[in-house]
Amino acid sequence: MRRPGRAMMKTDNRQDQAVRNTITIDGREIPFQPGQTIIDAALEAGIYIPHLCHRSGLSPHGSCRLCMVDIVDRTETLGDSDRRREGKIQEETRSRSVAACTMPATAGQWIRNNTPELNEARKVITQMLFTEGNHICPSCEHSGNCTLQAVAYYLGMLDGHFPPFFPRRELDASHPTVMLDRDRCILCELCVRASREADGKNVFAIAGRGTRARLIVNSASGMLVDSDIEMHDLAVHVCPVGAILIKEQGYRVPIGQRTFDLHQVEEIDLRKTILPEMGQK
Amino acid sequence: MTRIRIATTSLAGCFGCHMSLLDMDERLVSILEKAEFDRSPFTDIKHCGSCDIGLVEGGICNEENVHVLREFRKNCKILIAVGACAINGGVPALRNSFQLRACLEEVYLHGEGVENPQIPNDAELPLLLDKVYPIHEVVQVDFYLPGCPPSADQFFRMFNDLISGNEFSLPRKLLHFD
Ligand code: SF4
Ligand code: SF4
Ligand code: FES
Repeated sequence: MRRPGRAMMKTDNRQDQAVRNTITIDGREIPFQPGQTIIDAALEAGIYIPHLCHRSGLSPHGSCRLCMVDIVDRTETLGDSDRRREGKIQEETRSRSVAACTMPATAGQWIRNNTPELNEARKVITQMLFTEGNHICPSCEHSGNCTLQAVAYYLGMLDGHFPPFFPRRELDASHPTVMLDRDRCILCELCVRASREADGKNVFAIAGRGTRARLIVNSASGMLVDSDIEMHDLAVHVCPVGAILIKEQGYRVPIGQRTFDLHQVEEIDLRKTILPEMGQK
Repeated sequence: MTRIRIATTSLAGCFGCHMSLLDMDERLVSILEKAEFDRSPFTDIKHCGSCDIGLVEGGICNEENVHVLREFRKNCKILIAVGACAINGGVPALRNSFQLRACLEEVYLHGEGVENPQIPNDAELPLLLDKVYPIHEVVQVDFYLPGCPPSADQFFRMFNDLISGNEFSLPRKLLHFD
């Protein structure tokens, strides 16, 4: 037997540290870095949590609510199985729902993500997003490359369920290369954040309240042509739907070879995390 | 053996969903061993009788669409919204961004090459609705078969599920909205 020397103690400490900096998602224990959100830790570990308004590297937003996960309260778990068998506690443990993109990972969190209940709730949210805008995929040039659509497939959404809003929203085709079709905007603010945080510009903002909230362009005329936007800005490419488009690029990729013909949404979103596009325009 | 009765109709549709159904090709023969068509563009039956399944392609754009849809709902045990138009209005719902009167004037009064401009007003003609609506805004819908159009494989899958009494489900690789 060896007495624990200094080196050994260090190792123990490190192991201790490692144990403390883990969370468990659907039974899988994964590490996280202090300050990291649940979704970033999950994506880095290859666990897909559905999301639309999140992009690793941009500040969190928390608007789409697709990344909702349950944090299970396990403070009463000692001897649980015995007491459960005796019927002293109910099968359903207490849990609270949080947005994985804004909630910091904390040591020992026990998280449920890929459950039928959460995915059903996520499907309803996706249906709300579809019925709130005009998502007529058959005539949308983003079809097959659209994350909203791909998430709908992932969640097995067959219909919009709710009465459609059929909003009338302004289309901005003033710019020579970039256009904005607000009918499909889901107000995720990815473009707003990308423009400020990555492009060093301030092209977009959200104006209005409630169902009247809409994306506006920060130029004197309110039109894209008078803004600083450029075709290669991250703000143009980060849009998860067909709201910000590059002109004369539509329908170039044959059906069968579009992003989500070839890949599932989880593969694409995990890849985006591993190879962030920021800085490599 | 009594065969399952299926009625089909196209409301504000393009008949593309019906064409896609026919794209099942020779697989149709196996379906027709167990099913027969009631009112449908494929048959000469003028009104929908008592049916097991009603397939509705197209959204609701005029008053006649509403009557036909209600007839289908009344007579079909299972009513299925087939295709993007029946599900959310589809491409025809792009007209919802405009006033109906503006659409009619554009086509019948100011359209290029129009002679004797007038908006048709014969009582025989069904009046257009203010907007194009998905069918679930008018009647209860039991199942949705998405796609513009749904593929023949989707139709085949659906018929097999329904005829054999299975729960209808679409595998992810068959699911598409475009
Ligand atoms: S943005 Fe996406 S979901 Fe919306 S119409 Fe286009 S492809 Fe469909
Ligand atoms: S334009 Fe696109 S990126 Fe910007 S808020 Fe709308 S959906 Fe999000
Ligand atoms: S990804 Fe968390 S709320 Fe949108």
